[in-house]
Formats: sequence, C-alpha cells, structure tokens
Amino acid sequence: MKIIKTKKKPLDLILLLFTWLAIAATVAVLVMVVGYVLMNGVGYIRPSLFAWNFTTENQSLMPAIMGTLMIVGLALIVAVPLGVGSAIYLVEYARRGSIFVKIVRTMTETLAGIPSIVYGLFGFIFFGVFLGWGLSLLSGALTVTIMILPLIMRATEESLKSVPDSFREGSFGLGAGRLRTVGRIVLPAAMPGILGGVILAIGRIVGETAAIIFTLGNVARMPNNLFDTGRTLSAHMYALANEGTHPGEAHATAAVLLVVVILVNALASFVTKFIRGRA
Amino acid sequence: MKKLAIENVDLWYNDFQALKGINMDIEAKKITAFIGPSGCGKSTLIKSLNRMNDLVEGCKITGDIKLDGESILGGTDVNQLRKRVGMVFQKPNPFPMSIYDNIAYGPRTHGVRSRAALDEIVEKSLKDAAIWEETKDRLKRSALSLSGGQQQRLCIARSLAVEPEVLLMDEPTSALDPISTAKIEELVIHLKKSYTVVIVTHNMQQATRISDSTGFFLLGELVEFGKTSDIFSMPKDKRCEDYITGRFG
Repeated sequence: MKIIKTKKKPLDLILLLFTWLAIAATVAVLVMVVGYVLMNGVGYIRPSLFAWNFTTENQSLMPAIMGTLMIVGLALIVAVPLGVGSAIYLVEYARRGSIFVKIVRTMTETLAGIPSIVYGLFGFIFFGVFLGWGLSLLSGALTVTIMILPLIMRATEESLKSVPDSFREGSFGLGAGRLRTVGRIVLPAAMPGILGGVILAIGRIVGETAAIIFTLGNVARMPNNLFDTGRTLSAHMYALANEGTHPGEAHATAAVLLVVVILVNALASFVTKFIRGRA
Repeated sequence: MKKLAIENVDLWYNDFQALKGINMDIEAKKITAFIGPSGCGKSTLIKSLNRMNDLVEGCKITGDIKLDGESILGGTDVNQLRKRVGMVFQKPNPFPMSIYDNIAYGPRTHGVRSRAALDEIVEKSLKDAAIWEETKDRLKRSALSLSGGQQQRLCIARSLAVEPEVLLMDEPTSALDPISTAKIEELVIHLKKSYTVVIVTHNMQQATRISDSTGFFLLGELVEFGKTSDIFSMPKDKRCEDYITGRFG
C-alpha cells in the first residue's frame, strides 16, 4: 500500500508554530515566576518563621497566615450564601430577560471591574469610620466580601445556566416544587462551576493587598476578635518588602503564599471530585 | 370511562395561538395517540395536561381541562397534579445520580422516607418498566452509564415510581434506535392495563401499532379524532388522509 503524504500548507505550519510559541511562552513565564520565588524564598524558610508571635528579631509568618485564613473564612461565610443565593434567584426565579435582572447583571459586572483600592477606600470610610469598626478583621472581611460577591455570583449564574432544562423538566414532571428541584437537581449539577468561582474568589482575597491594608490594617499580630486588627500574607509581604530590611523573609512569605494557594486549589478540586463522584 | 376531558381549549404563546378550540375526551386505561406534522400543537396540548406549559413564558390558556371531572386549571396544586399525571420526555433525561436515586427521587419528593419502602418501590418500578434485569446489579451506578434506550425506560420507571394515574409521553422513541423503540412500544402496551397513556408521535406506524384512539392535529386544530383503526383505514377528513398516506408532513 502506498502511503500518501499530504503536503502541509504553509499557513498550517505558521499557525502550528504560533500556538507552540504561545504555550512555550506561557509555561516559561510561569516556571520563571514560581522558580524565582522558590529559589529566593525556600532558603529562608525555617521553623522559627512559624512561631506564634511576630517580633522584631523574628519575622514570623504565623500571624499573617492566621489573618489570611480568618479573612478568607469570614468573607466566604458571608459571600458564598449571598452570591449563590442571588444567582439562584436571577436564574431560577426571576423572569428571564426582565429589566431587573439586566440591571443587577450590569451592576455586578461593574463591581467586578472596579480596582481594589476603591473597595479599600469604601471599606475604610464605611466600615472603619462610619460604622466605627476601625481597622479590623470585620471591616477587612466585609470589604473583600463585596469584592468577591460579583465573582461568585457570575460563576454561579453561568453554571446554573449550563444545567440542561431537561433536568428541571424531569423534576417538575414528577411533582417536585421549585425549591426541591433547585436544591436536589440543579445545584448539585452546577456545583463544580460554583466551586470554580469560589476558588477564583479565594485567589482574589489571598492576593489582595490594597483593600486589606486600608481595612484590616497591617499590624503583625494575631487578631483576637472581630474588631482586632492584623495582616494577611500579601500585606505581610508588602510590609517586609517596603521596609527593605528583610527581603529574604519577603520571598519566603511569597513561597508560603504559593503553597497556600496550591493547597486551597487542591482542596477545592478534591471537594468537586467528591461531589461529582456522589452524583 | 373518560379520564381526561379537554373542553374548548385555546392556548396562546404571547400573540401566537398554538391551540384552537380543542375538544376531546381521553379514555381511561387506553392509549391515545396524538399525530400531526411539526408545530401542529400536539406537544403543546400534551404539556397542558400536566401544566408543564406553566413553565413557558407568556403562555395563556382558556377553556377547561378536567381530570376525573375536576378542573386542573386555575388554583390546582400543580405538584399534586403532576404526581397524578406523569410525563416522559422526548429525550431521555435521567438525573446525574445513581439509578436507585433516580427512581427514588419522586417518592422521596412526596414524603416516602423509609429505606424498605423505597427499595420496594424501586424494584417494582424498574420491573414495571422492564429494565429490572439489566439494572438490578448496578443500582448504585450512575444512570448516565446506561444506553439511550435503557435511559428512556429508566425515565418511564421514574415516572411510574410516584404511582401516576395518567402517563404522558412526548415522542418517547424519537431519539432511539428501532430495537429500543420496539421494547418501549411493548412496554407501553403492557402499561395500559394500569395506566391511561397519552402519546405524541411522529411515527404513524407507531400510532397504529399501539394506540386505541388517535387524534390528528394540524395548525393548532384537532382535525380528526376517533378509533385508531377508523382513522387509518377510512379517514373522514381530506387533510388527515393526505397526512397519513404520506402526501405531506
């Protein structure tokens, strides 16, 4: 049998080359950033960096790690029910294409595009000054809550919309009401997409500095209660880098931050798989 | 004995009138087929019988539909109505959960909680839908792992699990291969012993094979309605004759 060799068209080759270049550049940048952070940071990671208290002699990360986890936890507790709830309303309950839905959608899109320093200023003035909560865990958490709300809402909306109507019809056809249909059929099917949004939201919080410094403050201490100030890892990094006295520790913080983000993503994808496996 | 009475039903989707003055009685424990070309209103009518049209934006219905002599329009509890009048859709639509949970979903919705009762319902429903032998060893597996024909029988079993009185089937075999279609037809004939069946079909051979009465729809009107044998051997209306002899549609 004769094998016919197809001649590659020049345009095909150029496109192929271009996609290869694109992927190579993307991977190279990622590897460089991660590599740089790890190379400069890992050497400075030592047990004393995880001591409970921050002192001038020992720039412990622990208060910042705890601050980050607290801010993420608090913000998610408020933002997830609100965001998922609003998205459920918009997709499952509101009349499709109504003016109200359009207005809400435009507003969330606008909110998603505002620079974080604006949120920081708003949080500072509203929560800190007007409500008198000062620089505190609560001010910080609620400020980032507002920041991630549109993210979670959009992700949930999109994933609810991608659930086929045939599932809803099947459920209604058996005499199930809307609440049960949404709770038992639509939400589980949409869960992977919702969790994707939550992961993005966590990433946004963990990476936030401007809004955090304005509302949570940037004091290296463990917050004792909701009205106590503190700092997150990103803010900690900013402080260390800004002071210029501990560049090594700043890199170590970056490395830890990276690991925290990877762990959070792994956890979320594990949860997604677990839910899918049950479905 | 008549199970469902459709009286002077007009139905609009916004400005478009999809059904025009429909009057028909649907006999209990018989199979009634709705035939007609696409867009003739047959699916619209079947969806009105369990108020699935409520989900369609801008749908308005006048006239009356009675189930056992009682109107199902107005303030009827639609969830209760849909329990009594079950539905099987054109494309198999099993939920993304296990075979067992698919069947148990309906009974659980209506308050059955005990494991033993659910086990019994699941087994009975799957047996009634002639899919028990194929699924009994893998009830915990995802329903999506079944073939298209099996999925459709699963959906029939799921409808049967809430013990409906009427079973509406909207072109249940149009997405299936001939062998699966034959199995479902056999099953439907078997089901009429206990259920009133209304089936929409594009397939005229199917209507002749399984139905007792046939209604022919065209442009939102019920053109002719009668015993299946009469409709197919001596249609009274010219349009009906043209359709069933394949001159259009």
